[in-house]
Amino acid sequence: VSAAADARGRTGSSDLGRTASRFLRRNAWTLGLLTLLVVLLGVTRAIQPTYGPAGVESLSKAALPVALAALGQAIVVIAGGIDLSVGSMMALTNVTAAALMKGQSEEAAVLIVLLVVLQGLVLGVINGLLIVVTRVPDIVVTLAMSFVWAGAALLVLSTPGGSAALWLKGLYSGTVGSDWLPKALVLIVIATAIGWVPLRRTRLGLAFYAVGSDRLAAFRSGVDIRRTKIASYALCGLFAALGGLALTMATGTGIPVPGPYTLASVAAIVLGGVSLAGGRGGLVGVVLAVFVLRLVRADLTFLGIDPNFTTVIEGLTMVIVVMVGAVVALRRRRA
Amino acid sequence: VTGAGAAASEQGDRWASLAGVRRIVRDQPVLPLLGLLLLLVLTLQLVQPGTVSAAWVGTSIKLAIPLAILAACQTLTMLTGGIDLSVAFVASMSAYLMATQAPVHGPVIGVSLALLACALAGLANGIGVGTFRVHPLIMTLATSLVVVGLMTVYQVRVVSEGADVPAEITWISGANSFGVVPNALLLFVPLAALILWVLRRWGFGRLLYAIGDNEGAARLAGVRVWGVHVTLYVISGLLAGIAGLVIAGITNVATVTLAEKYLLPSVAAAVIGGTSIFGGRGGYAGSIVGALILTVLTTLLTVMRMPEAMRQILFGAMIVAVAAAYTRITEER
Repeated sequence: VSAAADARGRTGSSDLGRTASRFLRRNAWTLGLLTLLVVLLGVTRAIQPTYGPAGVESLSKAALPVALAALGQAIVVIAGGIDLSVGSMMALTNVTAAALMKGQSEEAAVLIVLLVVLQGLVLGVINGLLIVVTRVPDIVVTLAMSFVWAGAALLVLSTPGGSAALWLKGLYSGTVGSDWLPKALVLIVIATAIGWVPLRRTRLGLAFYAVGSDRLAAFRSGVDIRRTKIASYALCGLFAALGGLALTMATGTGIPVPGPYTLASVAAIVLGGVSLAGGRGGLVGVVLAVFVLRLVRADLTFLGIDPNFTTVIEGLTMVIVVMVGAVVALRRRRA
Repeated sequence: VTGAGAAASEQGDRWASLAGVRRIVRDQPVLPLLGLLLLLVLTLQLVQPGTVSAAWVGTSIKLAIPLAILAACQTLTMLTGGIDLSVAFVASMSAYLMATQAPVHGPVIGVSLALLACALAGLANGIGVGTFRVHPLIMTLATSLVVVGLMTVYQVRVVSEGADVPAEITWISGANSFGVVPNALLLFVPLAALILWVLRRWGFGRLLYAIGDNEGAARLAGVRVWGVHVTLYVISGLLAGIAGLVIAGITNVATVTLAEKYLLPSVAAAVIGGTSIFGGRGGYAGSIVGALILTVLTTLLTVMRMPEAMRQILFGAMIVAVAAAYTRITEER
């Protein structure tokens, strides 16, 4: 009896080991980024001993709009597309929210927020429909649509203006519970969950990965490719709208000029382990990557390095990370 | 029998004509594009009679030239299935380096230094794409970040010395001869002829199509794919540098963000010109006409007193419409 129990115990522990090693292998990239982030936080603390809750709050605030743009971009890229109009959609939803909220009551602002989220979904669906109906490559359609959405933003507000509800601005600044938990960080976690659940726990999420990794195989397995594509762009539009709202919160106004969020989102997903070829990667890594990129920028400022060099370092980080990723992938294929 | 034969041949004719249209659009996209260009010019003349004149044609061509050169970068890289998003930043770098170095060391050294820097940026792109197999979108994006950062740092260093575009550059790109003929044609016509000739007749041009069509097959056929990529992106960097010099000559200023607004139109001109973003199909003649179309379209929208907002919207809508028409007509069913 004792021998049997012993055997059972052994298989149990080796099962656990296998699960653990599988978890490690599957999430190697994300865990690596997490380690990198922790190391970077340590480095930050070393060069700036006063780095504390205030630093974490400003980091989270800076990361919020980029993280939202990158989450939307990640979903589209996983489904085999790319959306170069994210930045323009953020500008459009940002000015729409600010323009509508001007002179409105705090309660009406709730309705406006819902309206803007709906607007984002509609923008995304239009992008997706155009791609599916015209059969023009994603990159061309979204590139052209980036002009359209930026123009529409100028139609809504020709100069920066509008205002934001007080409660909306209150969602962004300050902390909840502990000093170490800024509200912006909570918002990022909630947004990641909003994207993570449909991506990992529904048929639609599975369809995103299927279409992204092999369209033909997905089609023959009964996945509706057109509907999946449109859904991925709709989700991207949704996140762009959240990003636009984040800009409204942060600035309290609407600015009708697209910020650098499209390129930043592409940089973040690449560093976050999402393959541009589609079908690979997740959302947690992407959010971690946004934090890593922002923290590197902050560290360079603390070190007194010319802030203009941060762009150089960001570019180099991106290249090196992608090259390392490519070499690792090549090794694994040969092995 | 004869009746049936006649009916069959009639049907055959109809099919032949439809297929013929398709073939023309697919193989000679320049013809329908020239039609579109003519249509835009006619609309412009109808909207604002008297706009279209010899001087106007000269100015339009002059403004289209830098866009056409940048579109060459996109056309060449797109033929291999790539893209070069660094062109606008490399072009600005070239203009700014030239304008800050030329007053100190003379125009020849200024231009050479600028083009050398562009070739280096292109080399970085080429090594990344060709040797390390980084996706061109990412690689050229990263290079743009590096270039922008370095130029901003450089700008802070030399800001006291000031930037000045030498007269030679202004003459070759900004001035006209005989009143209306832009001097920039002296530069552009040989350049365009060379690109067209290389794509049609040289082995290197063939290799670009071959890699874009089927990279694996090209590799198995003995093509050193990485070498082609490195050469291609260096050429693209140099072309972007030349375009930057031309823009600086036209506007007579040089800043580190001079050419930024040309990035998306350069891709649009190549796409409108019938070059496939997936590689293997297209050519430079279409891109030149595409650049002209975009320039005339901008004039048309300005003349119609469209607000900037509507201009951008129509610009984007037009790109989607032309690209969609292409895909519809040339697609095999």
